[in-house]
Amino acid sequence: MKSIVIGGVGGQGVLTASDLLSDVLMAAGYDVKKSEVHGMSQRGGDVISTIKYGEEVFSPLPNLNGTDYILSFELLEGLRNLKYLAEDGVIMVNDYVWEPLPVAAGLDEYPGDVKERLQQNAARLVIIPASQIASGLGNIRATNIVLIGVLARNMDIDRSLWLEMIKKKIPPRFIDLNLKAFEKGWGFSA
Amino acid sequence: MKKLLLSGNEAIARGAYEAGITFAAAYPGTPSTEILENVVHYRDDIYCHWGANEKTAFEEAFGACFTGARSLVAMKHVGLNVAADPFFSSSYIGVDGGFVIVSADDPGMHSSQNEQDNRNYGIAAKMIVLEPSDSQEAKDLVKEGIKISEQFDTPVLIRLTTRISHSRSIVNIGERETPPEIEYKKDDMKRMLLPARARRKHVIVEERQKKLEEFCNQFKYNRIVTGEGRVGVVASGMAYYNGREAFQTAGMKPWFLKITTPYPFPTRLFLEFARQVDEIYVLEENDPVIERFARLAAPGKKIVGKEVFPLTGEMTADVILESLGKKSPLPAGDTGKIPLRPPSLCAGCPHTATFYNLKKMKVTVTGDIGCYTLGGLPPLSAMDTCIDMGASVSALLGMEKALEKAGKKNRQVAVIGDSTFFHSGITGLLDIIYNNGKSTVIVLDNSITAMTGHQENPGSGTTLMGEEAPVVDIVKLGREGLGMRHCYQVDGYDVRAVHDVLKREIDRPEPSLIVVKRPCVLLYRKARWSPMTVDEEKCTGCKLCLRIGCPAISRRGEKARIESTLCTGCNVCAQLCPADAIHFVDPEGLHIGDMSLEKFKKGGQQ
Repeated sequence: MKSIVIGGVGGQGVLTASDLLSDVLMAAGYDVKKSEVHGMSQRGGDVISTIKYGEEVFSPLPNLNGTDYILSFELLEGLRNLKYLAEDGVIMVNDYVWEPLPVAAGLDEYPGDVKERLQQNAARLVIIPASQIASGLGNIRATNIVLIGVLARNMDIDRSLWLEMIKKKIPPRFIDLNLKAFEKGWGFSA
Repeated sequence: MKKLLLSGNEAIARGAYEAGITFAAAYPGTPSTEILENVVHYRDDIYCHWGANEKTAFEEAFGACFTGARSLVAMKHVGLNVAADPFFSSSYIGVDGGFVIVSADDPGMHSSQNEQDNRNYGIAAKMIVLEPSDSQEAKDLVKEGIKISEQFDTPVLIRLTTRISHSRSIVNIGERETPPEIEYKKDDMKRMLLPARARRKHVIVEERQKKLEEFCNQFKYNRIVTGEGRVGVVASGMAYYNGREAFQTAGMKPWFLKITTPYPFPTRLFLEFARQVDEIYVLEENDPVIERFARLAAPGKKIVGKEVFPLTGEMTADVILESLGKKSPLPAGDTGKIPLRPPSLCAGCPHTATFYNLKKMKVTVTGDIGCYTLGGLPPLSAMDTCIDMGASVSALLGMEKALEKAGKKNRQVAVIGDSTFFHSGITGLLDIIYNNGKSTVIVLDNSITAMTGHQENPGSGTTLMGEEAPVVDIVKLGREGLGMRHCYQVDGYDVRAVHDVLKREIDRPEPSLIVVKRPCVLLYRKARWSPMTVDEEKCTGCKLCLRIGCPAISRRGEKARIESTLCTGCNVCAQLCPADAIHFVDPEGLHIGDMSLEKFKKGGQQ
């Protein structure tokens, strides 16, 4: 059984990404369970979705120190979800800052050393300028698919399955953009 | 067979379809809301609607079953408190068409005010409780529930939890059953619960529960999973799968008894299981419901329950391992202090100006349940209480009368959303009028049930099934229906107007109703409003604009900055700026504040 945690800020497309991912895993023939957090998180809070897959999956919930892949849409959220990473797990973090409201309002501070802390605590860390790449493609909203591309490269699933599922699940007018975003992520090397 | 990855809530809806249900009602509440939002996809076969509250929705679904219709009602756990009265009566009365009640509990309190365990309601009302562990079971148990309901003449309670409702797992899709044709027959001996009849009914109910217990001993969803050695685990709901994972992680292969009917407890099956093992762990979320029955059934047995596993929060695999001393609660490494990311009112939220004013006026604010509860968090912090749906209005009257009696300073208001007002704020307002109260009630009216993701309500102008509906006008209701002299509507984006009406009405020694009107800003997500921008030359760095807690406004050095991708141009910050430093990026562009309120009467849709 393997597990993936996807984390970010409400509105960044975390749930869209995790839906796509779980559909691909199901198409690849795995048993899949997925959990997500709804409710208050829709109002600018942090969002986390967990996917577990394998021959037989029991719990859909994330395990501390037990997650194979963590995909983070924001730097601070990468740090927040680091507790779930297994010792030999990979964490992939979007090089992007989204200040929490108390920080923006001057009531708290955004740590200046997020990347250093990530480096100190994760053996396998990849930092990707995914939002910058997506903006370069013309739409920052494709950030999630750039990141999915990076994750896909790290997983052992046929590339064509990903492309098929993007074509099947993404609204027609965004397919080209998202295919390009996926390729950029797939081809990314730090 | 077709397989889909469904959430528990989607699976319940699918189960309703396959079970031949033809009537469904609910009041929205996380984590149950998506049940009816998915039932509506089957609208050709299932009539469905939102009730004004859980009690009305319950009674509507119960009434429907009298006619022979198979019916379902859904709500969050605290919703069953609202519906508790008909819930208890329904157990005595029984059903005609099958009737299932879905209650979604919230262990861990992801979005609730308490962590009550509604399996206790089943025990109290003598009603069978079904507890699924994944989406497949959620679907199956609606169908089984309808069968049990019709076979034993009882309503059936299905207990979901947040993780069942909002987790996805693979579900086999089946066909819809055709329910039997039943004609409505008058049967007042059955349906009129007069004391003399109810006494006879109670005897029947107790006999029914004995038969149901025997049924539960053989029910295939209560099952033994063989293991190795002499350790056994009894588990239900999400704790069953979390437990399977936890013991696997610990390298153990105990026997499992999966309990799907915590009540009536399958005692005989449990005793059969208990004979196989020397030691039994009980895994269940929140209260020791199964544990108590197990201890009662096997007094001499070594049973490990809530003395080791927590009563609070979720029973995750990590929590189980930690309780058993098999995993450290702290992850390795030190990531240092991480600032929290609390939810907040949205950029352009029409409630912001009201809370800003209330905070400035330093009045006591009794609050209620909805998005606007976020107005009680910093930096607005303009709320004193949050109790339950509708309590803002009635608690306000209680405070007013007690302070008056004690001869103390008396200056407080209630703040309640439109959906919550229709749910149960309206009855508190009746009490204010009837008892000659002087309180001021503020209805933050965005014409939709926003917190749970935009469900229609009696003020929206449309129904769940997309039909046009009359719009209940709250000002008219107060003025013409309740005979209130002081009912006013004010624009939520007009900071000064909101201030003036609040000041006048709070000090007035008569009851008043203020409707602060503006559609929820998220209803126009696709619109392209001109955002605001800060003139850095003029900005004096006074930070006044930061006090409204708008996610689009932040501090850059000494100056304020507005994030144009988040800003909706509601203009509230600009009205506050003493230096006149905030302006529209495009003064000639499309401005949200210019949209007339009339345009949005129909559910706030453009």
